[in-house]
Amino acid sequence: MTADTSSSSPARTPSGTPMIRMTGVDKHFGDLHVLRDINLEVARGQVVVVLGPSGSGKSTLCRAINRLEPIDSGEIAVDGTPLPAEGKALAGLRADVGMVFQSFNLFAHKTILENVTLAPQKVRRAKREDAEKAGMALLDRVGIANQKDKYPAQLSGGQQQRAAIARSLAMTPKVMLFDEPTSALDPEMVQEVLDTMTGLASDGMTMVVVTHEMGFARRAAHRVVFMSDGEIAEDSTPEAFFTKPDTDRARDFLGKILTH
Amino acid sequence: MDVLFDNLDLYGVAFLGTIELFVLAGIGSLILGLLIAALRVSPVPALRVFGTLYVNVLRNTPLTLVLFFFAFAYPRLGLVDLSFFALAATGLTLYTAAFVCEVIRSGVNTVPVGQAEASRALGFTFTQTLSQVVLPQAVRAVVPPMTNIQIALLKNTTIAAGFSVVEAGGIYASLSERGYNVLIGLLWVALGFLILVVPLTLLQRRLDARWSVSR
Repeated sequence: MTADTSSSSPARTPSGTPMIRMTGVDKHFGDLHVLRDINLEVARGQVVVVLGPSGSGKSTLCRAINRLEPIDSGEIAVDGTPLPAEGKALAGLRADVGMVFQSFNLFAHKTILENVTLAPQKVRRAKREDAEKAGMALLDRVGIANQKDKYPAQLSGGQQQRAAIARSLAMTPKVMLFDEPTSALDPEMVQEVLDTMTGLASDGMTMVVVTHEMGFARRAAHRVVFMSDGEIAEDSTPEAFFTKPDTDRARDFLGKILTH
Repeated sequence: MDVLFDNLDLYGVAFLGTIELFVLAGIGSLILGLLIAALRVSPVPALRVFGTLYVNVLRNTPLTLVLFFFAFAYPRLGLVDLSFFALAATGLTLYTAAFVCEVIRSGVNTVPVGQAEASRALGFTFTQTLSQVVLPQAVRAVVPPMTNIQIALLKNTTIAAGFSVVEAGGIYASLSERGYNVLIGLLWVALGFLILVVPLTLLQRRLDARWSVSR
């Protein structure tokens, strides 16, 4: 966790700068207006859970932050730096932004340890033994050190997702994005992944988490953002959101989720 | 048998020419085809257009015409003076690269898009994503059709014999000059090609076996 990040993060910005700042962000998929005038600031160390019905744009919002989805207009800045266009500069910024996917996306042709050490070696130019030492520590932290020589397909979903979290952490990111990290998991494996994420949150990691896990939102989030039809409909504390939501759309959503 | 043993020198020189052409154009086409494939999947539209144009022009032109161009039109352009052998190797390389490119591209398409997304999200550049994550996984889908293309290349080298390149495809002409039975002579040529293809088939088997277990 103490690998060198100075090469890619020039000057530490003052802690007053928000870690993520989205201003007037719009995006269309053809005729579908998937993000409408999104304005969102995420402070350093904050854990934001993004909720909303499917098709509300919450995944797109998450993927826009590291430009896996380019936006039509508006501005997104990470740690004070506006997202550069596709190219080396963007790759450098993405190295500082961890991302965990719904479908894990571990490199299928690499072992678990190789998955965790590949990017530090190729992107950060870390020495192999240093990368492996740091990688083993991370695998230990997420509880799968004994799986290090297996290939992703040989692991359970929960183990794969924890490996994917370790792979992101190996880059010592400033912020972690989670795009429905437990949606593809069998129910009995959800908890082990959520525990790992809760641990991260309490260590002070800045996190944006798109999820349907209300328990995690209540327990670990500092803030809940509720999206509907491409807009941020509510932005409040978990306590306020779950007990007295302001909008009908949020009440409707909570009614469907909490009563099933 | 007499046809073969009396003309062993001819067969030897000619098949050596075939092998040299094949190895040069084989390696050349793999490298060039890989580069063109990279252009065709690159994020830069202009590069994609160039790659698409290249493939469609070269793939839709008969090989005989490509070699005609290099044998007769190229020398008149007054560029670097090359031997017929070098020109034939160049023509075969350019032509085969178009097919190699398409096979690699279809291999790339077998790799789930999430693999490339994960690698971009970790900060890999386009080239790193391709070389570290996508191509190593694409390769296993590519081995059988790539072997096809290289076998076709081996046989296509015979067309070069029509352009004064000493090559197995030209053996019959020399045999008839020497007054031997051309039919028997050609059977020996066919057997020679069969023998040359065997190592390629074995290589394919080994590569298939090697890459199918590592998942």
